[in-house]
Amino acid sequence: MENWSLFSLCVLLGLTSRWAVSFHSYSGAGKPPMFGDYEAQRHWQEVTYNLPVHEWYFNTTNNDLNYWGLDYPPLTAYHSLVCAYVAKLLNPEWVELHASRGYESHSHKLFMRATVLFTDILIYIPAVLLYCFYFCDGSSKQKVATALCILLYPGLILIDYGHFQYNSVSLGLALWGILGLGLGWDLFGSLAFTLALNYKQMELYHSLPFFCYLLGKCIKQGLTRRGFFQLAKISLTVLVTFALCWMPFLSDPKQPLQVLHRLFPFGRGLFEDKVANTWCSLNVLIKIKTLLSRETQLFLSFALTLLFILPSSLKLLSKPNLWQFKLALVNSSLAFFLFSFQVHEKSILLAAFYCTHLGFCLFLRLMFFLFVFFHSMLPLLVKDGLLLPYVVTSLAFLFLSLYLLSALERSTEEELRLGLYRKLTQRWLPKLNLSRIIKWKFWFSLVAMAVLSFTSVWLEPPAKFPDLFPVLVSILSFLHFLGFIIYFNLVQLMEPQRKKSQKKTN
Amino acid sequence: TVMAAPMTNDQSWFYALALGVSFLKCLLINAYHSTDFEVHRNWLALTHSLPVSQWYYEATSEWTLDYPPLFAWFEYGLSHIACFFDKEMLVVPNLNYASPATVLFQRLSVIVADVVFFYAVKECCKCLREDKGKDLLGKPSFILTGLLLWNFGLLIVDHIHFQYNGFLFGVLLLSIARHCQNRHFEGAFLFSVLLNLKHIYLYIAPAYGIYLLRCFCFTQSNAVLVTLGTIVLSTFAVSFGPFIGQLPQVLSRLFPFKRGLCHAYWAPNIWALYNIADKAFSILGVKFRLLDINKLPKASMTGGLVQEFQHSVLPSVSPLATLVCTLLSILPALFKIWHRPNGARGFLRCLVICALGSFMFGWHVHEKAILMAILPLSLLAVDSRKDAGIFLMLSVTGHYSLFPLLFTTQELPIKIFLMLLFTIFSLASLKTLFRKGGALLNPLEVTYLLGLIPLELICEFVYPLTVWQKTFPFLPLMLTSVYCALGVTYAFIRLYNSLLTCSDTTKKTKMQ
Repeated sequence: MENWSLFSLCVLLGLTSRWAVSFHSYSGAGKPPMFGDYEAQRHWQEVTYNLPVHEWYFNTTNNDLNYWGLDYPPLTAYHSLVCAYVAKLLNPEWVELHASRGYESHSHKLFMRATVLFTDILIYIPAVLLYCFYFCDGSSKQKVATALCILLYPGLILIDYGHFQYNSVSLGLALWGILGLGLGWDLFGSLAFTLALNYKQMELYHSLPFFCYLLGKCIKQGLTRRGFFQLAKISLTVLVTFALCWMPFLSDPKQPLQVLHRLFPFGRGLFEDKVANTWCSLNVLIKIKTLLSRETQLFLSFALTLLFILPSSLKLLSKPNLWQFKLALVNSSLAFFLFSFQVHEKSILLAAFYCTHLGFCLFLRLMFFLFVFFHSMLPLLVKDGLLLPYVVTSLAFLFLSLYLLSALERSTEEELRLGLYRKLTQRWLPKLNLSRIIKWKFWFSLVAMAVLSFTSVWLEPPAKFPDLFPVLVSILSFLHFLGFIIYFNLVQLMEPQRKKSQKKTN
Repeated sequence: TVMAAPMTNDQSWFYALALGVSFLKCLLINAYHSTDFEVHRNWLALTHSLPVSQWYYEATSEWTLDYPPLFAWFEYGLSHIACFFDKEMLVVPNLNYASPATVLFQRLSVIVADVVFFYAVKECCKCLREDKGKDLLGKPSFILTGLLLWNFGLLIVDHIHFQYNGFLFGVLLLSIARHCQNRHFEGAFLFSVLLNLKHIYLYIAPAYGIYLLRCFCFTQSNAVLVTLGTIVLSTFAVSFGPFIGQLPQVLSRLFPFKRGLCHAYWAPNIWALYNIADKAFSILGVKFRLLDINKLPKASMTGGLVQEFQHSVLPSVSPLATLVCTLLSILPALFKIWHRPNGARGFLRCLVICALGSFMFGWHVHEKAILMAILPLSLLAVDSRKDAGIFLMLSVTGHYSLFPLLFTTQELPIKIFLMLLFTIFSLASLKTLFRKGGALLNPLEVTYLLGLIPLELICEFVYPLTVWQKTFPFLPLMLTSVYCALGVTYAFIRLYNSLLTCSDTTKKTKMQ
């Protein structure tokens, strides 16, 4: 069958599963007074449509910031404004100032879901297709298989079409950025990434790799001549994009400051809820939240984050090629997830996303990785009533990956880049069959995750520890993530650059 | 472990396709379901709570038991499992009861019953003549599996609208497979079982009857004929046995002829064209003063789709007339396989023609009955180029005619995506399979099929926004029905043509 038909089948399958998941509940459905992310998005449409721009981020009588105040950069606000115009055409009640709080109806749900689908089709899916077409190694069948796996990745589907968010926009724009950089269109790439950054500030997790890659490229081209001009052009593009996005807010110096204050709420503490990162897990042993002062917490998180991103960024700076770039993206997003301030579980999507398209070379690790990521979002999804789609999509994804990518068959030591582990352990444990250990560990972790999922849904926790299961889930996930960040850092720092001749094409 | 070696196992792709479609079906659990959901819930309740003697008399709900006894026993069996999900659904007075547990149970029962369909498809793949193809995606068995397991019509009728067709078509396909494998007794037995599960399969009973008689009448001994007869009669005896006393009541429930010529939504058959012609003539007649508007039946000028459609210009059609037309339409095909049976392939072709003929000329035909022609035709489509072309025409048109079944806005993207999925798959895979020998569809056919796109846009997107939506709300349905009827009729004619020419070529080679 021809390529175009295979790719369109993948897209249609992806779209069908997305829309089928959207039939289910959303976050905060039927739960007054605060509801959830769905109501937040609706509220932003209401605010941006009815109020003038200079009031959007401020606490006024008309805009109560305690009730889902805007806390994303301006591009999200503009997007909400466009949606609000459409909403007004369809049914003005949906965006009535004050009166539409907590508005829930079947047609409104359809409208909101349709907006997600629309931006998905417009931005994310074309990016994925182009990425698979141009940047995946292997035969066209393997490209199609990769595209299918990415499109059916449960994490994004469940969060965007279940819980309700617009992650596909920022991820899609960032992917366009990577595409641009990969094809050598640096300006386009920087433009796309800047837009992604202006859509969700969490893309800052990936900004350092982008910066280091572009800077490294310019340095390689010679800072005195072409490199300098390139750097100047890129900087100009970024600055102009920022200026255009923030234009309505630049008239008054108080505006940008307030927006930044909303985007980075340092006042809210090291973490909220159960997240699979260092601080939450550490909190189980020693109560850091109460032990250390706010400033010390901030400093500690900043220092550790920096510590973990610096090696990978420096390596990228010295060797700016695509492979290093991709690894740096993973490492950077992981580091930020594990050590940063006020992290939400959904941020794990960012790291998971870049892992998905690292391709066939690291696949056992990859798939496992994706799965662990996804699993740490279980408590959130169960709360939203999305258990059925969770089970179905994750089982489907697991079977699909195992079948299409034949993960377990190809996990030779070379594939796993375990050469360096080999060197380390050869001294003390020469008879170790590392790939077999990895396989067993994979199945063991899978079983552990399945058991935990089962218990967290069906068993009642003991009264003394009401949060036992979510905490166990978070800690298990955290330990895995810690292992991964060490592994990926080692891979990036120690492996020699992959030569084209060494790539397996089967 | 089994998972560790997928690439070396030849049949693993089958399980991948089956598992994949099952996952999709699970995702659709929360989609819209029609009144058929309540119908089956009611049947679960009445078979569970009432004694056998009451099953065909029970009328608390308007959805009385109108399938043959074996299906009632099937529901009875299901009701025992239903106890574990929600006991309330088994209470007869609980009309329109649809708790989440009920929905989950009923949907899961359809998904699990589809296992019969999977098995049947696997057996059918063994009957394919040649299954060579170095590329998996170009193998006839792979394509056939995709066309059957992922059939759009079956997916939306069974797993959204809600019915048990997968399970029933599984029995049918298994029976066909058995005939292809020359295990005729099993095939006959399966078909008798099928008739006792849903009597709509009477549409294709003539094909079975003539084929079996032909195969056994002149070629085998009388003992075989007697065995065959015993098998069929004993199946019916077991099924209808407990109801022997109430036979008239059962038959009146099974064949309610009080309903009108056409369903509320006209199935795209000859009568749809007949109705439209009648309406056109009456409008023209009034315009040219040939008819007196006062003498015409009241609703014919502005009314649209009503059950009791009164014809104003053309003669009215009675159930007997439709039966005669149906028989006339399938007689040539039956004669053909009587005189020159082409083995299992000829039988299959005749079966499809019987199904399509009954669809075209039958009384009160449901548009879902088109599946009875499309599914067996898939078997022929992967074998010959001509059949592949006919299959494409019939399947795309037939599937499109199912669109009005899912009229909710929520299901609109699903039906469009799934329709595109199936159409692209069937087009691309059949094109690859028959790439030597030119295009499968001629330009006229392609234009007709492409015309479905503007039709869909007009009917579901543009028309609801116009003024006429209030005054003539039936117009999109009428347009769909008539447009599809053209395609279905064309496919019918082409099928007949292929049946007649097929036999002629065998005659020619014999003479040479």
